[in-house]
Amino acid sequence: MDTDFIRLDGVEKVFDVRKKTGFLRSERRQVRAVDSISFTVSRGEMVGYIGPNGAGKSTTIKMLTGILTPSGGRLRVAGIDPSRERTRLAQRIGVVFGQRTTLWWDLPLIDSYRLMHRMYRIPDARYAENLDRCVELLELGELLDVPVRQLSLGQRMRGDIAAALLHDPEVLYLDEPTIGLDVISKARVREFLRDLNAERGTTVLLTTHDLSDIEQLCRRVMVIDHGRLMYDGPLTGLHEIGESERTLVVDLERELPPIEVESARVVKVEGPRQWLAFPAAQSAAPLVARIAAEYPLVDLSVREPDIEAVISRMYAEKATS
Amino acid sequence: MVRAWRLYAAVAAGGFRRYATYRVATAAGVFTNTVFGLILAYTYIALWDERPGLGGYDQAQAVTYVWVGQGLLSVVAVMGGGFEDELIERIRTGDIAIDLYRPADLQAWWLAADAGRAAFQLLGRGVVPMVFGGLVFQLALPGDAGTWLAFLVAVVLGVLVSFAIRYLVALAAFWFMDGAGVQQLAVLAGLFFSGMTLPLNVFPGALGELARVLPWSALVQAPADVLLGERTGLALLRTYAFQAAWAVGLLAVGRLVQSAATRRVVVQGG
Amino acid sequence: MADLREKPREPGEPREPRAGFEPVAGSRLVDGLRAYRLIAWMWIRSTMAYRASFAMTLFGNFAGTVLDFVAILLMFSRVDQLGGYSLGEVAFLYGLSSAAFGLADLTLGSMDRLGQRVRDGTLDTLLVRPAPVLAQVAADRFALRRLGRITQGLLVLGYALVVVDIEWTPAKVLLMPVMMVSGAAIFASVFVAGGAFQFVAQDASQVQNSFTYGGTTLLQYPPTVFAKDLVRGVTFVLPLAFVNWLPALYVLGLPYPLDLPRWTAFVSPLVAVVCCGLSGLAWRAGLRSYRSTGS
Repeated sequence: MDTDFIRLDGVEKVFDVRKKTGFLRSERRQVRAVDSISFTVSRGEMVGYIGPNGAGKSTTIKMLTGILTPSGGRLRVAGIDPSRERTRLAQRIGVVFGQRTTLWWDLPLIDSYRLMHRMYRIPDARYAENLDRCVELLELGELLDVPVRQLSLGQRMRGDIAAALLHDPEVLYLDEPTIGLDVISKARVREFLRDLNAERGTTVLLTTHDLSDIEQLCRRVMVIDHGRLMYDGPLTGLHEIGESERTLVVDLERELPPIEVESARVVKVEGPRQWLAFPAAQSAAPLVARIAAEYPLVDLSVREPDIEAVISRMYAEKATS
Repeated sequence: MVRAWRLYAAVAAGGFRRYATYRVATAAGVFTNTVFGLILAYTYIALWDERPGLGGYDQAQAVTYVWVGQGLLSVVAVMGGGFEDELIERIRTGDIAIDLYRPADLQAWWLAADAGRAAFQLLGRGVVPMVFGGLVFQLALPGDAGTWLAFLVAVVLGVLVSFAIRYLVALAAFWFMDGAGVQQLAVLAGLFFSGMTLPLNVFPGALGELARVLPWSALVQAPADVLLGERTGLALLRTYAFQAAWAVGLLAVGRLVQSAATRRVVVQGG
Repeated sequence: MADLREKPREPGEPREPRAGFEPVAGSRLVDGLRAYRLIAWMWIRSTMAYRASFAMTLFGNFAGTVLDFVAILLMFSRVDQLGGYSLGEVAFLYGLSSAAFGLADLTLGSMDRLGQRVRDGTLDTLLVRPAPVLAQVAADRFALRRLGRITQGLLVLGYALVVVDIEWTPAKVLLMPVMMVSGAAIFASVFVAGGAFQFVAQDASQVQNSFTYGGTTLLQYPPTVFAKDLVRGVTFVLPLAFVNWLPALYVLGLPYPLDLPRWTAFVSPLVAVVCCGLSGLAWRAGLRSYRSTGS
């Protein structure tokens, strides 16, 4: 088994940023988007790669896919130096950009797949087999003849994932694969990725803002912030460090003083709307029942702990310990 | 009433600022205008060498015409590229339905934004080609402030007519799936009939007569003639009246089409 | 595959993957042309999704170039000569310039969208494909409507061949297709160099237009019209004069604008090769800078 299928040794990426300081003057400044990161990923692992916006996540992914050349350090994916052998690597990896479709907007979905078939020179039998499998598991059957522009966001994401897998990539990079999807689409995408990893042994690296993606898919999570690797281990460890909380957003009939209820505390009040924080591990049902019994409730929703909050609490813990 | 004015003033200022942020694009545009100005200026010199006094211009006036044209090209958006791309996109995606429920008037809103754009283009893209032309060639520019002022008024009226035409072009997207074709035809008509390709007074016979009464002549030919001192006194007023008539007429047609389009949106359920 | 399901696995647990396949790839050039063909075909099909619009833009493209020539006809309605050239001779220059440019525009006309792709980040989606980026960018938005300009150029050239009296020799006959192809290649290299420049200045696609559209406009007129310095510039610095001026003047039997020997009409292919080489280097430098800055 390849334990260092993906390997980064002190990888760096430094950008020159020009900042405007006057009408025509600008100042040059160096920004370390990725600051000496080292890790390895084994073949067949499924790893979550998380961090706040601008932390260096997508810069890392861009170096791993050969889009960007590292400024320093050593990087190998399947033994290939991505920036030097971009096209050879491209045959062996699949990439899904959550917010940018690579499907052909005005053409039926199947046409995009036919292009992949030719462009990646996939043997016919292999293509047919992979397409059948994706169509079945991602429920694309009825969508194949529909122009991509008429697909919903969730349908398009499923279509994009299939497009990235037709050439049997050994690694799949997913950048925010569930962003903007409804609950059902999210579940379907996650289930598919789990199957893919379990049955095909495809190595999966995904960046996300949604912690539940990671909860349900990855045994291992890496946290990056300010270009540095802050944490690398199981998600449970991250929860322990972070002591994360979920938020219950309550809309009352009218403005009222902060709700008083056990095991939750009000963190924000805005007119008739109130935000209550409660431990992530605790069920929301009894809390909701209690509030509904005692307060004039109009609407409510539960928000999962977001990555920014978990990470910021992680820092707080580190500072105090 | 005052509030409405302030709203549109803010929209216009926004339009100005928006284009002002694209400095590299502006510089690149100025470069292009200058290159084309150079090429055209030499061909006009050859033309007027062969036939001095052609179309009532002397050679210096002809060369000046070239640089005025290059300066105005983006101001009166002969090649498009103003608000209409955005409006067409909103019509296509259906976002236009939201705009219709805004308290502001749709046409006035876009006119204000386009006025802001034109004001920026006049400063950002109009001045430099003129100055360059003046350095390389002998230009026939007026020495009195009055003519320049009269020219500015003609430019403003030209921008109004240009807006009114492009507004109609954009609204065509309500009826055509893809507005590119209509837009392209409008650009062609604009390039040819505004006097951008060749001054309209050089056009022979009936074609010249026709070109001079079409709305596009209000975009480049009319302001250029004012600057070259070909329109003074009563002739100047006639030029203004001609431009204003097209502006009012086309804006009114724009409103009619707009209400027809609105009914269409409402019928379709938006 | 069912046999793989025997042991239930934890998600994300390491395991052996299924064997991949080794694609048979050709040389970079062959790969590039193949990718170009595939992508261009997708764009043709995409345009056909809006047939009416395609018909309209095809007509528009043709009509636009026709009006462009009409402007020259209008000039000649008032004069008999321009810079010492007759209408037929100008039409000869015009047709050659327009057809050569049209050919380059058809194959590479979307290079000016590169800056846009860099800005919105969609260039990255091309970099993860197993095909040369240049081929993918070149084929972007491939549009058959651009045949309009080639058609117009050839029609004008046809008109010129009918009205102008040329003393044909085998060398002149041979020079015609050679000039067309070399001219298209010189314009193509300008398109590619312009694309490379947009890696550095994303909003500067207009600069490219001044050399491509500006270049073809310049070449449509006789060189005698322009200042000597300008002619020197487009002969020795940006060698557009080799697209049509020098070879066309050889065919027409007219004097060259600069004091150059007559055989220079035949170096167009060489100039084209050098230009393509240089623009290829510029492209590589541009792409390298993009991949190291990511901007």
